[in-house]
Formats: sequence, C-alpha cells, structure tokens
Amino acid sequence: MKGVLDPQGVIAKAELLLLGDATAIMLAVIVPVILMTLAVGWWFRSSNTRARYRPDWAYSGRVEFVTWSIPALVIMFLGGLTWVSTHELDPPRPIASANPELEIQVIALDWKWLFIYPEQGIATVNRLVVPADTPLRFRITSGNVMNSFFVPQLGGQIYAMPRMENTLYLQADTAGTFDGLSSNYSGAGFSKMRFDVVAVDDDSFDAWVEATRDRSLELNAITFALLAQPSTLSKPLAFSDVAPGLYEAVLEYGSSLVPFTPAGQ
Amino acid sequence: MLGKLSWAAVPFDQPIVMGVTAVLLIGIAALLLLITVKGWWGYLWREWLTSVDHKRIGIMYVILALVMLVRGFSDAIMMRAQLALAAGGASGYLPPEHYDQIFSAHGTIMIFFVAMPFVVGLMNFVVPLQLGVRDVAFPVMNAVSFWLTAAGCLLVNLSLFIGEFARTGWLAYPPLSGLQYSPDVGVDYYLWALQISGLGTLLSGINLTTTILKLRAPGMGYGRMPVFCWTALASNLLIVASFPVLTATFAMLLLDRYFGFHFFTAEAGGNPMMYINLIWIWGHPEVYILILPAFGVFSEVVATFSGKPLFGYRSMVIATMGICVLSFCVWLHHFFTMGAGANVNAFFGVATMIIAVPTGVKIFNWLFTLYGGRIQYTVPMYWTLGFMITFVIGGMTGVLLAIPPVDFVLHNSLFLVAHFHNTAIGGVVFGVMAGLAYWFPKAFGFKLNERIGKLIFWCWFLGFYLAFMPLYALGLMGATRRMQQYPDDSWQPLMLVAFSGAVFVLCGIVLTVVQLVVSIRQRRSNQVDGDPWNGRTLEWSLPSPPPAWNFTRLPQVSSLDAFWHAKSASEPAQSPAGGDESVHVPRNSALGFLLAFCSVVLGFALIWHIWWLAGLGFAGAMVVWLAHAWRTDREVLIPVTATAP
Repeated sequence: MKGVLDPQGVIAKAELLLLGDATAIMLAVIVPVILMTLAVGWWFRSSNTRARYRPDWAYSGRVEFVTWSIPALVIMFLGGLTWVSTHELDPPRPIASANPELEIQVIALDWKWLFIYPEQGIATVNRLVVPADTPLRFRITSGNVMNSFFVPQLGGQIYAMPRMENTLYLQADTAGTFDGLSSNYSGAGFSKMRFDVVAVDDDSFDAWVEATRDRSLELNAITFALLAQPSTLSKPLAFSDVAPGLYEAVLEYGSSLVPFTPAGQ
Repeated sequence: MLGKLSWAAVPFDQPIVMGVTAVLLIGIAALLLLITVKGWWGYLWREWLTSVDHKRIGIMYVILALVMLVRGFSDAIMMRAQLALAAGGASGYLPPEHYDQIFSAHGTIMIFFVAMPFVVGLMNFVVPLQLGVRDVAFPVMNAVSFWLTAAGCLLVNLSLFIGEFARTGWLAYPPLSGLQYSPDVGVDYYLWALQISGLGTLLSGINLTTTILKLRAPGMGYGRMPVFCWTALASNLLIVASFPVLTATFAMLLLDRYFGFHFFTAEAGGNPMMYINLIWIWGHPEVYILILPAFGVFSEVVATFSGKPLFGYRSMVIATMGICVLSFCVWLHHFFTMGAGANVNAFFGVATMIIAVPTGVKIFNWLFTLYGGRIQYTVPMYWTLGFMITFVIGGMTGVLLAIPPVDFVLHNSLFLVAHFHNTAIGGVVFGVMAGLAYWFPKAFGFKLNERIGKLIFWCWFLGFYLAFMPLYALGLMGATRRMQQYPDDSWQPLMLVAFSGAVFVLCGIVLTVVQLVVSIRQRRSNQVDGDPWNGRTLEWSLPSPPPAWNFTRLPQVSSLDAFWHAKSASEPAQSPAGGDESVHVPRNSALGFLLAFCSVVLGFALIWHIWWLAGLGFAGAMVVWLAHAWRTDREVLIPVTATAP
C-alpha cells in the first residue's frame, strides 16, 4: 500500500489523521441516516398493514429543530477543526525541527520535473534525493503551463504556475523511496511526469552530492533550453553544476528565459 | 477561401473515429430516409421543429439529453477500458492525443449537453403545469433557447469528424488552453459551442425566472408554490447570475486566442489564476443549477408515493434558497492548492461546509416524509431511495474535500473524480431519471414499463458503486485524474472493477432504449388518465397529454398541494362546467430553428477562420431576427368548441 494511506512524513501523517478524524465524525451521522432510510422505507411500505399511516403529518417543530441542529452541530465542529488545521498545515509554514532545512527549487517543464539544489549547486531531473528527517523547503514554479507538485506519501500538493512561486514544506521522516507526480493535467506527456523521491541518511546524502558534482554536466542556458523542449524522459538526469540565477530567471521570464545570460558566458 | 479547413482536418488515419463516422452517417441517412418515405417532414416541422409549446420544447430538451448521454457515455467507457489496460507501463489502446480529447469531451458533454438539457427540459415541461399557467413567459424565446443549445451540441459533435476537440480538460485552464500550447481548433470548438449553447441557457434562465415570479395561477402565493417550482426558481436565478460570468470568461479567452490579448497568458500582465477564479465563480453555482431541480424532483416523488405532504415544506424552501445564495460563496474550494494562504483557504473551506447544513436538513425532511407514509415502490421511488443512500456518501466526501489540508492530498485525484460522480450520478442522474419516469405519463398518456424501469435502476445503482467506489480507493493510493497510463500494476484490479461498473451502466442505457420501444408498443395497455400516481400538484389535474394551452380556465389555488386538496374535498379542481372560453396560443415560429442554423454556420466559420462565411452566418441570423421582429400575426385563437373537454 502506497499513497496517502501510507504516510512517511510529518505533514502527510497530520493530513491523514485529519482525513480519518473527519471521516469518523461524519460516518457517525451518515451511517445511522442510511440505516434509518432503509428501515423507514421498508417499514412504511404500502403492503405493511401494521405500519401506521399518517397522511397529514407534515410538520413538527421539535423534529425540525433536531433536523437543523444535527448537521449544524457537526459542521460547527468540523468548521472549527478546519480553521485550526488549515493554519497549522498551511503549505508555506516551516516545519519545526532540530535539523536545518534544505531548500530545493522546483521547475515544472513539459513533461518533467527539474530540481535545483541552490546550496549544493547541483540539479536533477525526475529524481529527487533528499536527507531524511530534515525539513524540505520547496520553492515551486513552472516553465510554461500549470502543474501540481505532489508526493502523496510525504504530504499535500501545491500548484506549479508559470511566473509565480509557491512555497511548500515537506519532510521524509525516515529513509525510503516514494512516488512523486504532477497531479494537474498539463498536456500529452502528463502521465509520464513522474519522479522518485529518495530519502537517505545525512551521510549518504552528502556522498550523493559529491558524486553528482563529479559528473561534469552543466545546467546552463543551452542545456536548459534543450531540457525545456516538450518531451518525456525514460531515465532521470543529474547536473554537476547550475548556472546561478537560473531559477529566478525562469520565475521572471518563463522557460524561454528571454534576457537571461548565465554568469560565465 | 476556407481558412484553416482542409482535407487534412478529417482524421482518415484513425480507425475508431472513422468507424464511428461511418455508422453515424449511415444512421442519420437511414433516419432521414425513413422520415421522407413515411412523409413525416410536414408533421415534424409543424408540431416539433417550429413548436413554441413549452411541453414540446421540454420533451425535445430531454431527447437531446438522452442522445448526448450515449455520446458522453461512449467516451466514459472508452476511458475506463483504457485505464483497465494501461497498467505498469503498458500504453493501452488510446494514445494521449486521443485520450486527452476523450476526457475533455466527456466532461463537457455530460455537464453542458446531458445534465443541463435534461434538467432544463424537465423544468420547461413541468413548471408551467405546476404553476397552473398556459405557457412560459416568452414562448418563442423558449424555442430559441432550445435550438441554441442544440446548435452548440452539433458543433461539439462536428469536432469528432472535422478537426479535433480540446485536449485541455472540461474547463480548459490556461495557459494550456491558450494559443501557444493549444494552437489547433480543439479549444475553439469548445469555446464557440459553449458560447452558443450558453446563450441559450441564459435565455432559458431568464424565461423560467420570469415565469415563476410573474405568471402563477390566481391564488398561488410563494407559500403555495410546489417545491419543484421553488428549486426551479433557485436554479434559474443561479443561471441568470452565473452564466454571464461564463460567457465573459470565454470571451476573454477567445480574445486571447483570436486577437493576441493577454488576459490569461503568463506574459504581458496576464494571469491564468484569474481565469480559474472566474470559471469557478460560474462553475460552482453550476453544480447547484443541476442538483437543486433534482432535489425538487425527489421532493415531489417522495411526497406523492408516500401519500403524504412533503415534511417541513418551509424548511425545504429555506434550505433551497439558502443553498442558492451560499453556492456563490464557495468557488475557491476548487483550488485550495493554488497557494492562496491559510485565512482564505479556511474561509472558503468553512463556507463550503455550511452548505452541508441545508442539504442535511433536506435529507432528514425526505426521511420524515417517508415516515408515516404508505410507500408505493414505483420506479421514481426506487431512484429516490437510491439517491438518499448514495448522495449522503457523496456529501461526506465533499465535506472531506472542503477541509483544505485534506484537499491537499486528494485534490485532482481519482478520489475527487469519485466524489463528483457520486453527486452527479447519485444526485442529478438519479433525479432526472426519477423525473422522467414520474412525468412521462403526463407527457405521453402512457406509463413506461415498470419492470424494465426497475432493471434500469439496478443497472445504474450497481454500476455506479462498482465504477466509483474503486476510484475512491485508488485516489487514496495516489492515482490522479486525467492520467492516460500508470506505472503501478497493483492498481489494475480496481481499474478492472471500475470498468465492470461501466458495463453495468451500459446495460442501463441499452435498457432505457428497450424500455422506450417496449412501452410505446404497449401504450394501449399502459394508457393512463390525467392522474396516474394520485398526484398532489396541478399538473395531475390535466388530461395526459395536456392540450397545447394546458388550462382552459386558470385554476384558483387556495393551498399548497392544490390538486390534492381539491380531490379530497371532492370538488372538481378547475374548468367547472366545461370550457367556455376561447384561448389564445402563440403561433409556431421557425425563429429558433433558423437562428440555430445560422449559429452553427457562424460558429463553424469562426472555428476555422473562414471569415466570409462567418459574416454570412451573422448576417443570416440578423435577417431572421429582424424578420421575426416585424411579424404581425402572433397568435392563434383556439375556439370554444375545441377547448371544451
């Protein structure tokens, strides 16, 4: 079992708990309603001579008071829960942790995900390697059309929109590999816009960063332009070097990068 | 000369499309031949195509909806088949460029050309009869409304054979729907078809709102108005308030696409978020435009077949109008994941939940209407009970999605797809099917076959649960909507179950055709008088089918459930001592049909950039309209002898 029901991060766990609580509260009302519908419908069938026919019973103040009160009370309770939880689980709200957060810049392209690690100066495509038990600060934008950045086992999604930025905090509590995807339809290659999230311990993460830096494939205006062409990828990519300011340029100008001249060219 | 149109627009290389084209062309040719051989053209033209009788127009709306249901369902079962196959990296039988058109067409057709015409058709047929009046406020405009809807419908279907349909999803979010990412004619088909039919819907909304507000039988105050008319009023007020938003939004996207404006692009100051807000300011009321009349049908059905007045009439009216107002305050819940911030998300989440209160009250009131009743299990009652059980599940999942942090993990997933089909099928489809079985005898003078009707119910009921309960589970497992294939093999068994559900629904649709044929053949033995169900409201006081002018004398109403009280007081409801009045009815008009013809020409020309033809279509529409405006002979007098029973 993968997905929302098998959360592996603090955000996803809180969201699933909320889902479960709200479902339980509502089931406490709707299961009796369904049973009552079946029971009343069966008992008052026209062939049942023992059922009392009350052809004019159409109003009862007491019954109406109850029928308004039950849904109103449920919704007052759920409304309160909603207000509090929406603020607690607001996507840009930082996750409290002893470990320093890691920033990752996410660019949705047709039809692949580009992840830039600004502090490490590396980038990957369709494979996101992160340290476990570390708050991850995602800055998310899109090169052209709308997508939605979603890792079901780590927690809720947020839209990737062109020339706009969303911030999302997620965390993988333990090491593991999780599915990531776009959940907002974006054209022909949408179904293949998937990525792996690989959470590893800190040492392995550092070793992976070093190994990636050794690969000598640079993400600059030229390689980015190739990457931004509409296509799907069968294998993930990694870049040892990223032209500074690339993410900000995409944020401002979209994937066409019009006035962007990467440093050092 | 022909703009972008060329032979390359016809997809000769796609065997599925060409097969469908061939079958349809043969079918249409056969139908036209049959009409010609039988000499039915004159009858069709006089009695139907130019009719301005609200009952005939209502029936044509429902026929249109049933025909389009077949089209929309064909798309659905193709999608279910694709997803049953395309597991673990397999690509299935539909490539993305075809599959993406199919899910876009499915949503567009089911909402705009199945649910809308079905609901509008029922309101058209029933509302004037329940109000005790002779027709809607503007009978000719009513015909125009219907024919514009049919025109939009024709354009959507043309896209199947000439060019392609949108590959953007049913709401065509920019920037994907902008010229840069959708340069072909698909989005233009979508936009012009919906602009034309949307105008028809708006006119119909104005018409029915005016009818309900201004044309009730003498004595029928708002407190005596049948609940179906209340729900129709709420629904049409929503149409009047929200459809202009849709038209304006599409107009802006058209300006972007045709004249290089930048309303919704990401460049030059445009912003796609504005489109998404605007489209849902229309789109959320739209779901209540559809569901409120369905609630009205259930209210009528449950009271009639329980042999009791509806429990808590006043609460029902308050709840209906409450939903009508609240439905305009919740649009943002369709995009909590846009990043609006916690206060905004929480506000719209709570506002959305508040709608569950009046809706919950309605469920309880139907339940208490059953309580103490003497329930006859007719076909409409099956649909109603099925609705009550199914809809509360859809309501629950709806409230779940209204909690923003829960929505973050379920947004755009198959859980969402399951939720809105739960309310659209379990609510709207069950409602219009109940309404069809309930009012069919009023329209045609004979009942639909009951046994087949119950079979149809079970096919839809089981089909719905088989098709959509697995989708709830798949959504929780991380499956997203609009995917054409998926890497996870473990999803396939549930996808196969969902496909089997679609097969059940297919049986239901086939049986609907069988039921019509069988019932028409048995029409003599199933013949009914004016009041086959022991009804409560005024439409049952009339013969079945009612005369063109409905009421020879307008009934005097002195209570709710006017006809029921008239019956129990054993007084004749109206037309005492026979009809002794002459009646004026509006003369038939070809305006609607001709305007629709010109609209199809105009729309088609604009889609393909054939500017001279667009000018011709527009000029044609103007000429027809002006000719109509200068007509002198507006009414027919039905003499006394004909109105006497």
